[in-house]
Amino acid sequence: MSMAATRDTLATASQARLTWLRFRRHRLAMVGLTVTILLYAIALFAEFVAPFNPDDSNARLVFHPPQTIHFLDRTPDGLRFHPYVNAFLLKRDPVTLAAAYVPDANRKVYLRFFASGEPYLMWGFIPGRIHLVGPEHKEDTVFLLGADRQGRDVLSRIIFGSRASLSIGLLGVSISLLLGITFGGLSGYYGGRTDWAVQRVIEFILSLPTIPIWLALAAVLPKDWPPMATYFTITLIISLIGWTELARVVRGRFLSLRSESFVTAAWLDGCSQPRIIFRHMLPSLTSHIIAAVTLAIPQMILAETALSFLGLGLQPPAISWGALLKEAQNVQSIAQAPWLLLPGAAVAITVLALNFLGDGLRDAADPHAH
Amino acid sequence: MGRFIFRRLLGMGPFLLLVSISVFMLIKLTPGDFVQNYAAALAASGETVDDAMLAAMRQRYGLDQPLIVQYWDWISGVVRGDFGYSFQWQQPVVNLIGERMGLTLVLSVSTLLFTWAVALPIGVYSAVRRYSFGDYFFTLLGFIGLAVPGFLLGLVLMYVGVSVFHSDVGGLFSPPFIDAPWSLARVRDLMAHLWIPMVILGTSGAASLIRIMRANLLDQLHQPYVDTARAKGLSEFTLLVRYPIRVALNPFVSTIGWVLPNLVSGSVILSIVLNLPTAGPLLLQALLGQDQYLAGAFLLLMCTLTVVGTLLSDILLALLDPRIRFQ
Repeated sequence: MSMAATRDTLATASQARLTWLRFRRHRLAMVGLTVTILLYAIALFAEFVAPFNPDDSNARLVFHPPQTIHFLDRTPDGLRFHPYVNAFLLKRDPVTLAAAYVPDANRKVYLRFFASGEPYLMWGFIPGRIHLVGPEHKEDTVFLLGADRQGRDVLSRIIFGSRASLSIGLLGVSISLLLGITFGGLSGYYGGRTDWAVQRVIEFILSLPTIPIWLALAAVLPKDWPPMATYFTITLIISLIGWTELARVVRGRFLSLRSESFVTAAWLDGCSQPRIIFRHMLPSLTSHIIAAVTLAIPQMILAETALSFLGLGLQPPAISWGALLKEAQNVQSIAQAPWLLLPGAAVAITVLALNFLGDGLRDAADPHAH
Repeated sequence: MGRFIFRRLLGMGPFLLLVSISVFMLIKLTPGDFVQNYAAALAASGETVDDAMLAAMRQRYGLDQPLIVQYWDWISGVVRGDFGYSFQWQQPVVNLIGERMGLTLVLSVSTLLFTWAVALPIGVYSAVRRYSFGDYFFTLLGFIGLAVPGFLLGLVLMYVGVSVFHSDVGGLFSPPFIDAPWSLARVRDLMAHLWIPMVILGTSGAASLIRIMRANLLDQLHQPYVDTARAKGLSEFTLLVRYPIRVALNPFVSTIGWVLPNLVSGSVILSIVLNLPTAGPLLLQALLGQDQYLAGAFLLLMCTLTVVGTLLSDILLALLDPRIRFQ
């Protein structure tokens, strides 16, 4: 596109398009966006992406170490592309009788894409048996990220755990946003006494240490509740504390927008109150809200991880990254099976990606900030 | 200034009252009381449960009174330094919380100091040498520090400690000092252990403070007064320290208000992971065992700690900035 053409399109570009153009220049934010989309896609299609059923346990494969993928196979005809892993044998030390897994160089387990494996019900109703990656013979087991205390595949568990962890972030933020917009909007719109009261409440909540409060609230939940009920209550608990930051953003933007000249102009033009709010103020608010929301999601994910890690969040049959990390709580299990820490890496990657994305969105939404 | 402090102190009263009411409601939210749990435990172990005895226990602990009376009994005791009785430990709560709250305070305050000590020079460096290799390096480090929750860092460190150094990095004291009375040697031992949780806990706070310091200083560096000072021949270092940094420091002080709650919060979970003798592990136990007065005491003290911290940061800010003082 020539310079003149670019300038022409820029002059008439919509607000959304301008934001997108600015956003695209932010390289880390683009990486964040890609990773975020990928993560949510994995969570959405967990049954297909995960090689095995996350609840399948095998008492003979307890703490099976991770197996590395070899992409090229050495055959009599030379190297060829045929991914495989070396099988492991469980051997006992003749002296100490301690069990240890040793690689079995003679036995290779070949892998393939779109392998037919265990049947599943996608989202609970679409039957299928094709997995993204799996062993060629479905009787074989492959532990790309090792196995846990009950011989369950850690990779599949992390993939299924992303469902609870990532959706709690979204759901929690939606509740927070509702609370934040209501209270922040009231505060910024009415000002005066309402503003004073709401601000004091927010200050009060912000000055409290969140984790002890969360713990105390979560400790109230009965342990025998169905997983879904616990899930929703935990989300509610997290967002009850998390809405304050969003309310502050909404109020701050509302207050500063109120005195902008384009709002005054609209008012002088005789626009109605709703028209000013929805047609003129809200469009310049949305980008900030989206950025603030994106930055709030990782906080929610971290909160859920912390609660479940301490045993006060989601309870065992349910899988989330925090619940998985609970297995890695003591030195003994970490020393024996360090791969149990991997759900933590998933948390870190997600939070990092969402932070980059949120930062990029904030910069793109507000070019005057710099 | 005296009037400002007085006004703020006065404002804290209702705040603390609200804190105490919230904490009390929180510990009373639990379905069933301790006596009920006690009865269930007795029944489970096959002993006969005597209703008259349970009623007597309820009466002794005041559990049969209306909530408002219970709250009054509790809070008036707290003011006199009596935090109630721990059912789990069978002793007054005061005996249990003293040293643990003290160590929590030591950990939080030293982490705060560590956060500042790290964030100030790095923030200034990142602003002055913007877009240098060092700036990018610290930016990246900061993002990672924000993304990795403290307890995960603790777990990784524990793994490294066990697999590389063959030692347990948990705890705040070496074995001989765990139950020893306080002495100089014990303090020295504490110092030798304190830095690990301090660094872990301080990382995320330092990361965000560096960002704030950098942004604030960048705003100041291109102000006309900086050019004026430079034109008058001030050395670059004196100039930096005397003017822009002082202005940029302002929001730095106000961060105590939000860093301290985060530190206390983070210390709870990190202490559980690293098995530190601070408030965290005992609070979790108390919450899981419905030991209401013990949990309540910890919650109340932690919230008071952060509220007082916020007040301190407000006063410091007013000392630093006359505009706030005379508002």
